[in-house]
Amino acid sequence: MSGACDSCLRRGYLIGLLSGRIAGLLGRPGAPLELLALDDTSLATAVGGRGKQEALAFLGRFEPRRARADLRHTGVAAVCQHHESYPSALQDLNDQPAVLFCRGRVELLAAVEAEPAVTVVGTRDATPDAIEVAHGLGRGLGVAGITTISGMALGVDGAAHRGALGARGATIAVLAGGPDVVYPRRHGDLHRQIVESGLVVAELPPGQRPYRWSFPARNRLMAALARMTVVVEAGEASGTLITADFAQDLGRTLGAVPGRVSTRAAAGSNRLLREGAAVVRDASDVLDELFGVGSGATAPMPRAEPDVDPVDRRLLDAVESRLDIDGIATFTGLPVNETRAALARLETRGLIRRDGLFGWERRRPAR
Amino acid sequence: MTGVSGPPSVLSVLASVPTFALEGVDAREVTVEVDARRGLPVFTVVGLPDTAVREARERVRSALLNSGLEFPLQRLTVNLAPAWVRKAGASFDLAIAVGVLAASGQVPPEALEGVAVSGELSLGGALRPVRGALPIALGCRAAGLRRLVVSPEIGGEAALVEELEVCPVPSLARLVDLFHGRWKPEPPAPRESRTASRAVAPPDLADVRGQADARRALEIAAAGGHSLLMIGPPGAGKTMLARRLPGILPPPTIEEALDITRVQSVTGNSGDGLASERPFRAPHHTISAQGLVGGGARPRPGEVTLAHRGVLFLDELAEFARPALEALRQPLEHGSVDIVRGQVGLSFPARVLLVAAANPCPCGIGGDRCECGVLTRERYRARLSGPLIDRIDLVCQLAPLPALALAADSTPGESSAVVGARVVVARERQATRLAASSATCNAELGTGATRLLVPLTAKASRPLAAALDAGMLTGRGHDRVLRVARTIADLASRQRVGHDDVAEALGYRAVAPGRTAAA
Repeated sequence: MSGACDSCLRRGYLIGLLSGRIAGLLGRPGAPLELLALDDTSLATAVGGRGKQEALAFLGRFEPRRARADLRHTGVAAVCQHHESYPSALQDLNDQPAVLFCRGRVELLAAVEAEPAVTVVGTRDATPDAIEVAHGLGRGLGVAGITTISGMALGVDGAAHRGALGARGATIAVLAGGPDVVYPRRHGDLHRQIVESGLVVAELPPGQRPYRWSFPARNRLMAALARMTVVVEAGEASGTLITADFAQDLGRTLGAVPGRVSTRAAAGSNRLLREGAAVVRDASDVLDELFGVGSGATAPMPRAEPDVDPVDRRLLDAVESRLDIDGIATFTGLPVNETRAALARLETRGLIRRDGLFGWERRRPAR
Repeated sequence: MTGVSGPPSVLSVLASVPTFALEGVDAREVTVEVDARRGLPVFTVVGLPDTAVREARERVRSALLNSGLEFPLQRLTVNLAPAWVRKAGASFDLAIAVGVLAASGQVPPEALEGVAVSGELSLGGALRPVRGALPIALGCRAAGLRRLVVSPEIGGEAALVEELEVCPVPSLARLVDLFHGRWKPEPPAPRESRTASRAVAPPDLADVRGQADARRALEIAAAGGHSLLMIGPPGAGKTMLARRLPGILPPPTIEEALDITRVQSVTGNSGDGLASERPFRAPHHTISAQGLVGGGARPRPGEVTLAHRGVLFLDELAEFARPALEALRQPLEHGSVDIVRGQVGLSFPARVLLVAAANPCPCGIGGDRCECGVLTRERYRARLSGPLIDRIDLVCQLAPLPALALAADSTPGESSAVVGARVVVARERQATRLAASSATCNAELGTGATRLLVPLTAKASRPLAAALDAGMLTGRGHDRVLRVARTIADLASRQRVGHDDVAEALGYRAVAPGRTAAA
């Protein structure tokens, strides 16, 4: 299934060796990616200074056999661009990685080749609503047999992976560090689960921590691997938008989940919609986009609306538009004490939930 | 107890005079024994005196001589009994002086019968006030003494205690006149409440615009003695609301007023009369655990004791040091702070109504427009759900100012007097129900008492059962909701706790903010 030729492997380790220097050389995110398109010697020269000597020396003394032994030892499979498992989709990049360091089910790379895969990304600082949507997307795609690709970050990414895992669907995490480096640290469990039943892919060799530049570099891989990229929630300055840019540049389909127009949290994803991204409400919208309307692998699922009386309806609307408690009382015309009581009843019915010590949030009806 | 044994002509005369030492907010009786016998003129003080007490010898000698009295040229031994209690301060001066006078036959022994004295002496023989006049007077009455001699400055405070004759005496010379029946002191000014002399009116709830929900929470807190946490951005009026809480609590009863005055008396903050208002203490969040609950080598009461029978307000709850909040848990549960120093165990009273306030996140904006990073905010929320969160009965959320302006509710709210009247009614209903128990309000009910005294109809218990099923409540949280529901029903003068009362209480419950990570 796996394998890498000597020169590709050497290239992979060279980037690992120079990763710190690339970070120091170019402060601006995005810019280092031009470096990745250079050949080995030019790259070493471009890095310059002591790094150049070091890099040239490394190129001379690299021992592929020892590197392979190390990889075997850490349970990492290397797949190089000349290998049959290497996804042809990455060849759309002008700076495709020479080698992918993988942990987990390497055969999932072949699945990406055979069936369209979908990248689901979004902010780390996700609203609970976005978390639920991302989770639902992962689950729905998993049920439909579509591979969910994401970056294992906090928030939306993690939720998408978990949704896919929960539905026993295929999922690929593309990491900004080495394939064995858990980042963020809090996602240790998730990393283990993905290695067990999904696939972790990285451009940097094992043991490498992620750098500032390696996140946008990782994003280009996520965008290239998938047929469609869905942005669940992104602020105006979110790194997620870099993935969206790559997807568009590569001619991939771009979708976004609509968010409230008055929040900062969804400003970036809403702008994508304004600029023509496909509207995605759930997995069936994604399937429609990939395979044409109505031809989705799953039947369209009507939104189950709970059976509520008009007062509760207004309360739910007020909660959904994130009014504060006095605002909810004014909107519904209830006295404050009855408002509290009515909200508590909706909470016990599972229609809304308390956000810690703070206000209430609408819960999506389960289906 | 008091008196002189043996005629002055014999070799040795022993006199004893009762006085008091402060211990926490109580006064412990100390007997000053003076033994005068023939021998080289020396003057020793024993019974664990500190430096200030030992220096009393110089003050007593000068005060006697400057008052035209005689300082006996005899061997004088003063013992402060019980000898194992450490004695500190200058409040024993007067008792030592009176003992010396008695032992040297300068005052008639029968005049000392049933009399306690407490005061510091100046070199000229004038009496100076001591701290803790009220506890001393209470201790006096408890010890069965009928007369207490103090300086005129604190006579009024001591006279708050009934069935005790308080003699305000300006100087040692006057005291000797009193003992010889040659002079009578002016009776201390009649007890008066301090309200009359207050210059500024307490803040009124009518000043608070909007915030209907927070006002409601404040009223429930006052009615049942429930602890309250207010979450809201800066400027929403959290502090403003908290400061108005003492004003809607029922005025202190005589017993409570004595309690309040006693604490103030010990810390030297009392005026001349009985406290008429409940204290409001708002310690800064940099306070140490010791500052909050009290302590030290010579134990001093902390903020929680200074707020006894009143309100303890912790603004910026998340910023308080964890050990400080941790230390506050036990006092909040027991209503007292127990401190052990050496052989002596002390207890400071600490029955407070806890009110806390916090911003929704470090940037203070909260909601959709929050500018904090994910991790910053999660760390903050974790701190907020720290040691005290399971001691909070009610949580309310305040809206930021722009939303207030939009609410178009610019009519003044109800005044403190109107709300306070409802609170008094609710408290009276509780007092009747709780007459047989040790609790004075719903918040003080224990687990067993809660289930016993707050029976629910099948219908009323439905929201609770649903909440337990949905995992919204723990067992402890369940009782908390019941107690709050009982108070809500009391406010509405309802005999039985109804479905709506329980649901509303459920709406105010505290939920420790967990991580909002994926399912």
